[in-house]
Amino acid sequence: MALESIHSEERVQTAAKPQGDVIVVEDLWRTYDMGSEQQVQALRGVSMRIKHNEYVAIMGPSGSGKSTLMNLIGCLDTPSQGRYWLNGQLVSELDDDQLARIRNKEIGFVFQTFNLLSRATALHNVELPLIYNGTPAAARLERAKESLTDVGLETRMYHKPNELSGGQRQRVAIARALVNRPSIILADEPTGNLDPTTSLDIVRLLDRINRTGTTIVMATHDDEIVDQLRKRVVELNNGELIRDQHRGVYGAQR
Amino acid sequence: MRLQFILSEIWIGLRRNLSMAISVALVTMVSVLFLGLGVLSQRQVDTMKDYWYDRVQVSIFLCTAKSDLPNCSAGAVTDAQRKEIRSQLDAMKPLVRSVFPESQQQAYDRLKAQYKDSPSYRDIKPEQMPESFRVQLSDPTKYDVITSSFIGAPGVGDVQDQRRILDPLFNVLRGLSYGALSLAGLMVLCSVLLVATTIRQTAFSRRRETGIMRLVGASAFIIQLPFILETLVATMVGTALAIGLLWAMVKYGIGYLADKLPINFITTADVLTVSPWLTVIAAGLAMLTAWFTLRRYLRV
Repeated sequence: MALESIHSEERVQTAAKPQGDVIVVEDLWRTYDMGSEQQVQALRGVSMRIKHNEYVAIMGPSGSGKSTLMNLIGCLDTPSQGRYWLNGQLVSELDDDQLARIRNKEIGFVFQTFNLLSRATALHNVELPLIYNGTPAAARLERAKESLTDVGLETRMYHKPNELSGGQRQRVAIARALVNRPSIILADEPTGNLDPTTSLDIVRLLDRINRTGTTIVMATHDDEIVDQLRKRVVELNNGELIRDQHRGVYGAQR
Repeated sequence: MRLQFILSEIWIGLRRNLSMAISVALVTMVSVLFLGLGVLSQRQVDTMKDYWYDRVQVSIFLCTAKSDLPNCSAGAVTDAQRKEIRSQLDAMKPLVRSVFPESQQQAYDRLKAQYKDSPSYRDIKPEQMPESFRVQLSDPTKYDVITSSFIGAPGVGDVQDQRRILDPLFNVLRGLSYGALSLAGLMVLCSVLLVATTIRQTAFSRRRETGIMRLVGASAFIIQLPFILETLVATMVGTALAIGLLWAMVKYGIGYLADKLPINFITTADVLTVSPWLTVIAAGLAMLTAWFTLRRYLRV
């Protein structure tokens, strides 16, 4: 399978080095100033470790801190307090440009709202991360096409997002997340805008990606999906971690 | 590759935001035009000063029989006094470049020639005109030396520096140029505010795109670059229009006057001299404003 060929190099690397933690967060706090001396503590001292190749579902009601935690793990935000290591690198103390490089190289994002450029084709959307890291045009095109083929969109490469269904748009987003061969994929409510059948397709696709050696962290509301997945579940409430339950064996170790 | 992508982003940005881009270009044009007019009128004053100060003289008016100046109570200047003044002037070379003695008749003839149609001077007679020494100085700013040496000297009625006659004219011109510069200041403030508002509005309308750029790992600089370059393109179009207008005004407006009047005027060469400065000021202000606004309103 082409997807496995993309990740074969990474799998070799993963196999060669000890299966350490890809994400380590230690006493992570995030406080938002809401003006007039009012503060909201979105995250209150969360500590957790995520191993290479794990598939973790982060659950919790709205306002529980899921998205805040995802933003911190995705280097889109910096913690008010606490430390965060990604692949052994202390990223909680990096500057904006260093964080941008990490987002480009190490992390792929998948969101509920797809976050695709509406005026660009699927292919161009997938090319974006490669454009920003200066990959030459020919290699860029080849890798973007490969990534779209991996998610089953080889016949939809030149379509714009508004010419694609919700599930196809999410596949474009996943292809874009994969194109730089990141070590983790962060999926924030990836099935939130999709019908149950398409949701399952997307979750299966993420599962397939996980089996090839990519760590997946998914924030979701969907109990049914989490039950079907039988993966590790981390639950947040009111900014605190209230449950961390392992329900199975993950990824390539299966 | 990346450059091509950024250029295409700028083109798309300008096209989507055309009315704002045009307003930035036009406000910049008016600001730079006023700035240019201010600077060019300063240069015009300097050009005229150089020209006229080179020609102005210090006039030492001698006492006549009918003179009612306080220093002329002893009556008309005597030959001995006249000689003394002349020899003193000759001793003051090289500050004194040349001395031209003007008799009462010569003064009268000049007055008649200059004001031949004016009824005010119809009844004047040659003996009412003062006799004088017209002194040309090598350095016109040192007229004080002459004034202090001759004012109150026997036979001297008054010492007049022609610069004083021209000064009110230059003051008016300077005033006009300061007026233009003040307006330019106001207009520059307007364009800075407009650029800031435009960028703020554009950053807001493109927050989804910049959010996507963040996700895929574009650096802060790369995210900000299209905004800065779009602003720069709009301001440079405005500046180019302003410089074109200034050039046309000097070429055809001042050029027309220069053909009709015996005065030294600025030329299109002056416009070309000040243009790079105007461009640098406009570009610098645009980029500074863009940078400050983006830091405040664009999350990267």
